[in-house]
Amino acid sequence: MSKHQGISKSPTGIDGFDDLTLGGVPTGRPTLVCGSAGCGKTLFATTFLIHGARDFDEPGVFVTFEERPGDIVSNVASLGFALNKLVDDQKIAFEYIALDRSELEEAGDYDLEGLFLRLESAIDAIGAKRVVLDTIESLFSVFSNEAILRAEIRRLFDWLKDKGMTTVITAERGDGTLTRQGLEEYVSDCVILLDHRVQNQISTRRLRIVKYRGTAHGTNEYPFLIDQDGFSVLPVSTLGLNHKVFEDRISSGIPDLDNMLAGGGFHRGSSILVSGVAGSGKSSVAASFAEAACAAGERALIFSFEESADQSVRNMKSLGIDIGQWIKSDKLRFVATRPTFYSLEMHLAVLLREVTRFNPSLVVLDPVSCFTESGDRLEIQSMLLRMIDFLKGHGVTAVFTHLMHSQDGQRVETDAGLSSLMDAWILLLNREVGGEFNRELYLLKARGTAHSNQVREFIMSHEGIKLVPPYLGESGALTGSARKNEESKSRRAEVRRRADILRAQQQLEQKRRRAKAQMEALQAELDADEIELKAITDDESEYLRQAAADKVDIERSRKS
Amino acid sequence: MAPRKLFLYVAGQTPKSLAAIANLERICAEHLPGQYEVEVIDLRKNPKLAREHSIVAIPTLVRELPVPLRKLIGDLSDTHKVLVNLGIGSSA
Repeated sequence: MSKHQGISKSPTGIDGFDDLTLGGVPTGRPTLVCGSAGCGKTLFATTFLIHGARDFDEPGVFVTFEERPGDIVSNVASLGFALNKLVDDQKIAFEYIALDRSELEEAGDYDLEGLFLRLESAIDAIGAKRVVLDTIESLFSVFSNEAILRAEIRRLFDWLKDKGMTTVITAERGDGTLTRQGLEEYVSDCVILLDHRVQNQISTRRLRIVKYRGTAHGTNEYPFLIDQDGFSVLPVSTLGLNHKVFEDRISSGIPDLDNMLAGGGFHRGSSILVSGVAGSGKSSVAASFAEAACAAGERALIFSFEESADQSVRNMKSLGIDIGQWIKSDKLRFVATRPTFYSLEMHLAVLLREVTRFNPSLVVLDPVSCFTESGDRLEIQSMLLRMIDFLKGHGVTAVFTHLMHSQDGQRVETDAGLSSLMDAWILLLNREVGGEFNRELYLLKARGTAHSNQVREFIMSHEGIKLVPPYLGESGALTGSARKNEESKSRRAEVRRRADILRAQQQLEQKRRRAKAQMEALQAELDADEIELKAITDDESEYLRQAAADKVDIERSRKS
Repeated sequence: MAPRKLFLYVAGQTPKSLAAIANLERICAEHLPGQYEVEVIDLRKNPKLAREHSIVAIPTLVRELPVPLRKLIGDLSDTHKVLVNLGIGSSA
């Protein structure tokens, strides 16, 4: 194998580990996996072997010195691995090296050729490419001649290397050394350390690649997880601020809230903080986001640290929102854990894994404030930052709820300095006015979108969530029954005012009619007078004509 | 009493195996005449037997009877230890 090409690697099939090592463990070489009791060494090795046999067509031999093959089979059966079938198919062979110190006595020089022969026949029987030795250190408790043993173990490793076996060797952690028997001396290619630490009564499993000759690898400690899905390593790192930006909008599931934003709804891939005091409706708003995403044919993932899935389904039902149907159709996944169940790092890791697996377009964390009890401020902030970075990097919209302990005046800050990390901030208030608490919603911030500056009254009923503009009167914005009161008062005033106008109009009309009648009477009088006048003038002109005619007659008679 | 069987597992003609065979034959002849019958099994010829009898170290001498089962590993150069483990003095 030339140095220029780098060494070739065999994938282990362990989530995350292959990414971390850029391919897996070195092919044809031994890898040492060390760690204290119960930290997952055997599971690591088993997973390596099973994936090899099942997915990469590399049969494997499991040499067990401690556990019986039957135990191993049933142990991994709970993780969904059908090891039995692989054994039946001759993909995996067990070689159980049962050793009993009490029936063994040493008398002179010996070697471990028997082990070699057994291993060889097992390898040849199934054409193995992978070998697991779990835990070879057990030999030290059986054979007392350490010099022979060490020489034989070295020979065994060399022999496996010569045969081109990709080998995983497990070893117990020693005091101050990686392994109790110093096996790391013999394995120079790849050494992996598993660790299991308890801090504040919360345990975290971590994995570190101590050495990996001839290749680049991540050097940090990475949390890993053993659960019903097996062994997964979770490379958690800050991705930086180079995530994609989306122009399209997503609905909050509350039409009134969407309308408060110019353009309707929030930007996809933004992080939205919903904060409020206890009972202000945070979880309902968050669940409504999730339901909107599901209704739009996308997938949503809810991490709940307070409510169980059933409880949430029931509670949302009271708002007329059926999230149960989405859970059934696998559009919505609900992950409910107590904050104290894992360490912060682990929570992050679990989140990342679930997001990667489920591939949702929206993630809800309800609430993030619960973490403040399980770690210090800086750690939480760094965790949330990485969480946000991760989600943003994947174009996933994130909805965080945050429990505020007080809502006095302008001091609406969040415990972990969350606000600056968020693109949008929905503030839910619960204010007492006139003997009743009313919920209010305010859009404190929405990056890159013009939005309403109004405080809306937030009403939850069996018809869903509604936002009602508050009554804006002389005495400020009013909500609840004060608003209703004021609204009906103004409605009454309006009715009265309308009536007044109508009456005034009618009065005027009457007046106009009266005036008109009077005017008509006067006109008639005038007309009569005019007729009179005309008669007089006519008489007058007739008289004058007669007089003139008479004068002419008289003059004519005088002349003649 | 019929001679009891001893099984000696070896792997090929290695110096250790040869030494073990020679040592065992010598001890049986000198100290336990007629008590034991030795069968040498070469695992290189029949590797499956290593698994069946759970042999790890070579050479291994197995005394199945009388119970408890005894396994003696090494080239059997320590005569005293061999004799102790084959039960000289206690059962004979």
